Amino acid sequence: MRNAFGIAKKEISSYFSSPMAYLIGAVFLVLTGVFFAQYLLATQEASMRGFFSPASFFLLLISPVITMRLIAEEQKMGTLELLLTSPVTDLQVVVGKFLASMAMISGMLLLTLYYFVLLLWVGSPDLGPVATGYFGLILLAGSILSVGLLASSFTSNQIVSAVVALGILLLLWLLGNLGSFFNSVPWARDILNYLSLSTHYSELVNGVLDTRDVVYYVSFIVLALFLTVRSLESRRWR
Amino acid sequence: MIEVEHLSKYYGNFMAIEDISFKVEKGEILGFLGPNGAGKTTTMRILTGYMPPTSGTARIAGYDIFFDSLKARREIGYLPESNPLYGDMSVRALLEFFGKLRGLDKKYLKRRISEVIEKMRLEEYAETDINKMSKGFRQRVGVAQAILHEPAVLILDEPTIGIDPVQVVETRQIIKELGKEHTIILSTHILPEVSMVCQKVIIVNEGHLIAADRPENLSIGISGQDKIKAVVRGPMREVAAALRDLNGVETVDYESTGVDGTARFNVSARINRDIREDLSKLIVNRGWGLLEMQPVGLSLEDVFVKLTTKEEI
Ligand SMILES: Nc1ncnc2c1ncn2[C@@H]1O[C@H](COP(=O)(O)OP(=O)(O)O)[C@@H](O)[C@H]1O
Ligand SMILES: [Mg+2]
Repeated sequence: MRNAFGIAKKEISSYFSSPMAYLIGAVFLVLTGVFFAQYLLATQEASMRGFFSPASFFLLLISPVITMRLIAEEQKMGTLELLLTSPVTDLQVVVGKFLASMAMISGMLLLTLYYFVLLLWVGSPDLGPVATGYFGLILLAGSILSVGLLASSFTSNQIVSAVVALGILLLLWLLGNLGSFFNSVPWARDILNYLSLSTHYSELVNGVLDTRDVVYYVSFIVLALFLTVRSLESRRWR
Repeated sequence: MIEVEHLSKYYGNFMAIEDISFKVEKGEILGFLGPNGAGKTTTMRILTGYMPPTSGTARIAGYDIFFDSLKARREIGYLPESNPLYGDMSVRALLEFFGKLRGLDKKYLKRRISEVIEKMRLEEYAETDINKMSKGFRQRVGVAQAILHEPAVLILDEPTIGIDPVQVVETRQIIKELGKEHTIILSTHILPEVSMVCQKVIIVNEGHLIAADRPENLSIGISGQDKIKAVVRGPMREVAAALRDLNGVETVDYESTGVDGTARFNVSARINRDIREDLSKLIVNRGWGLLEMQPVGLSLEDVFVKLTTKEEI
């Protein structure tokens, strides 16, 4: 674990040494802020819904930019050779990089608590849905970032990595919508709905904490990280 | 210290190295010599645990590179071919990072960082971002990184490539110095480098190991067998033609010695082929006079050039 933290720490400081992290954070805050304010003014209700709904989709759009360089850049620069010949396991490398991207997104989400403070000031928001909403957002972020990391392990080109990640993510996101075409075949609809990244999230935003949703996201993350480790290993075997 | 047994590596169907075996004893500097594409980098990547061999094994300090990979890797300091480093880190941050990954404890790491910074004379650059440094200084950072954890074995892949001549001389000096504390494998395609720095040399070509010895033995071992200077009395052209027909002979050239009817012949034969007896018999049988015969020792360079250029005969 110490090795994974060491790798995470290095990645985090390299995020902060480039303007990209600040830029992404700013874009995210401005966009979600606009939606939050608009919802607040239109409904006059002290709720975070106006933030949670668009936040998930914006997260999906910006995360590939956070993860794209994590492994691709190392392959391009050749530093992967130094990293993988250090006495660390591939799993530690993958977990370290994943934790770094999680820390970035978590930091960004922490800043959005400012919306909640604003709500406390203008009304009395219900705490439950806010807590489950943030919990959902973190789980969703983990899933999105793990796919981004996987895509980053496929290539030494950051742009390719981002595009591949976005493609996979949009597909997984829209599986729920696809489900509605299958209303006459209930089992197919249910499977598609279950697999979709978005459906589980809406449950959590509604304040419903169901273990099935948590299990879904956690298994999703574990699977994606596992595939990333395999993908790294296969680089070695080539 | 390093035992390599029957290593082979195929990239798909392409054979990069085949059946490479050698040993390096503790404290030796081994020169791993071969032209571009010979398989040097491939071999080193296998030894450092970057990729597994297709078949064969190797042990570093007694640890199997496959089954005890992490332990073996702890014993290795590695300078990869193009010296890749994280450009956005300072020298100190980079050393801290790799020190932690190699499991060094805080106090020891702190001490070692100042030691290697001093040893590689990087004091002025300790806080500088690596991508702002010149190639020569980056090279020193690469070496600093490799020796940080005082590994038993150093694996240096073409450490003098792409830096200016002054730094090349400096780097060789550093490597010799490091040889006092580490067992070293050093790959290169520059021949004189081996005689300058190494106590032992292996030559690879197209994935095959074709010679392994001490640099001086490599020339002694085959001297007198494949390059001969002879002074012969007889008709120059006829003698030359007869010599060329001799089994094992590759080239013959000659010049008049100035003394009437005699000429000096340079005969070179295939490696490891002693033609001295055949040559003297031939000349005597034809009724010519063998006035002088002298084997010429091959330099390491002759060996290298000879072994790595394809034989036509
Ligand atoms: N990843 C790879 N995939 C396919 N072929 C490779 C790969 N790496 C090296 N090769 C080939 O293997 C041979 C040996 O390469 P290498 O070990 O880099 O030689 P050297 O370091 O002696 O120049 C070369 O012909 C090279 O083109
Ligand atoms: Mg090479």
